[in-house]
Amino acid sequence: MKKSIFYALLLAITLVAPFVFPDFRTQLATLWLMIVVAMTWDMTGGQMGYNSLGNIFFYGTGMYVAALISIGLVHDVGFYNNAARSELMTFTDAQYFTGAIVGIIGAGLFCAITAVVIGYLTFGLRGPYFAIGTLGVAIAAGELVANWDWVGGGQGIALPVYPGNLDVGKLFFYFLFAGTGVALFIFLKWLYTTRFGAAINAIRDDEEKAEAMGIHTLRYKLTTWAMAAFFVGVVGGISAFQLIHFEPLETAYQTINLGIFMVVCVLLGGKGTLWGPIIGAILFHVIKEVTWNYLLGWQWVALGALIVITVVYFQDGVMGWLMHKKPEWFGIRVERKEAPQ
Amino acid sequence: MSSIIDIKGVSKSFGGVLANTDVSMQVETGGITGLIGPNGSGKTTLFNSIVGYHPIDSGSIRFEGKEISKLPVQSIARLGLLRTFQQTRIYGAMNGVENMLISLPHRKMRFFDSFGRNSKKDYERADMLLDFVGLYEKRYLQSGSLSFGQQKLLEFAMALMNEPTVLLLDEPTAGINPTLINGLIDRLKKANTEFGITLFIIEHNMRVIMNMADTIYCLAHGKLLAQGTPEEIQGDQRVVDAYLGAH
Repeated sequence: MKKSIFYALLLAITLVAPFVFPDFRTQLATLWLMIVVAMTWDMTGGQMGYNSLGNIFFYGTGMYVAALISIGLVHDVGFYNNAARSELMTFTDAQYFTGAIVGIIGAGLFCAITAVVIGYLTFGLRGPYFAIGTLGVAIAAGELVANWDWVGGGQGIALPVYPGNLDVGKLFFYFLFAGTGVALFIFLKWLYTTRFGAAINAIRDDEEKAEAMGIHTLRYKLTTWAMAAFFVGVVGGISAFQLIHFEPLETAYQTINLGIFMVVCVLLGGKGTLWGPIIGAILFHVIKEVTWNYLLGWQWVALGALIVITVVYFQDGVMGWLMHKKPEWFGIRVERKEAPQ
Repeated sequence: MSSIIDIKGVSKSFGGVLANTDVSMQVETGGITGLIGPNGSGKTTLFNSIVGYHPIDSGSIRFEGKEISKLPVQSIARLGLLRTFQQTRIYGAMNGVENMLISLPHRKMRFFDSFGRNSKKDYERADMLLDFVGLYEKRYLQSGSLSFGQQKLLEFAMALMNEPTVLLLDEPTAGINPTLINGLIDRLKKANTEFGITLFIIEHNMRVIMNMADTIYCLAHGKLLAQGTPEEIQGDQRVVDAYLGAH
């Protein structure tokens, strides 16, 4: 009962926030983006023990796939991306929205399939080797796309602007991100209570033991990463339409920005917990925006310091700290055997 | 009696070290078979070979008549041939009950079953087995915080949860408080008689293994030295010599 009031309150805040703070609509949308990428990173990094540094690959790929689908439905892609988008290259409202929806869902599905393929090749790697292997995939993908003229090369892609009132457009994107975030939260809240959740935790704690107990480890790893990739692909797709113009290295496959931020968010909030990535994403986003506004010029130094402090002194994050202070909140207890009834 | 595991002429070397040379033995269906030998005699290597942890150089290992020496670890585990580790392995960040539930036999599950929740029956079975090994009161503690002996008992309970046909135990009593060893012997025997699990046990504690096993094999320097009933092994001068270092 108490819990449902809590969730209802959170949902109400989510729905009302962009109207109460109309100037912060894009900021709030970005916050939801951070929450989604942090939660998806935690699926493999926190719950399954596979620290990927390449999840940004799905963000970039999602952007490109969504953009290419929406363009491809109406125009010739190669011509569109290289013809400096003349007056003829227009989209009707219906074309814009159909392209956006089909593109975003297509981006998610494409990324999920890609995750299975890349996972098949990289899940043989363990620990730091997996991290570096996946980082390599993301960097290589950025460079490849940057040299591929059909998709605009290093110039990237420019998509049509949201048709109609731009303030309404901001709301549109806010609710796309927030909707994805809420859907992901509900999905994970359910997933982590199933046998599936237990199995990926087992892989995290001791993969060799899990194998020795007959768990289909590779199958679980591929499925988990594909599910994570789906959601990253979706928010990547939304970002493509929100940003209007994006280019491969700094925006789409931004390994050192969002690619690292999502990891820091999870560490800050607490790895391997449902709420950790969310708390971490909020804290991180606030700290990031404050330093960008008040420490301009030093913002990267401040952010670097935050990462170092988190990794050295605060590895378990907010949730880990709470779990240490209040173990009974998390069901850690000694229970005497009841007398037989 | 028929044998459920049939090992024929198995050899395994690591570089120049011959860990197992031409080892043959049979594990009888429904019985308790012991494997003894001085440190470094190749007992754990043989276990690892059986469960597919590494490929063998030559020979054959059959489980229920099926050749398994080329199968990977997971496939062998799903056939119902399970092992526990000498250096106990449990999922440290989970509590006892969770450790038990994740040990449910995945060979009996289809992919979409994994998206279901555990049934009340599963919880009851987990509680029953935790009670069986004496960890009921500590079942909601993080299992990484349990003592080594308790972790060992938990690992044993997890193995039972998996409903194996054969259980390979690597030194089940090592690190367990001597006063608890008798209780453990009882439980192992019960696992054998009541749950019908065939046991194959590596053990250094002679009192334990002589008490339990029907048949004992002794390895020394990677070779099979002797085999027989506990009485025969106890009376075998070669075994005594091997343990005292005369071999």
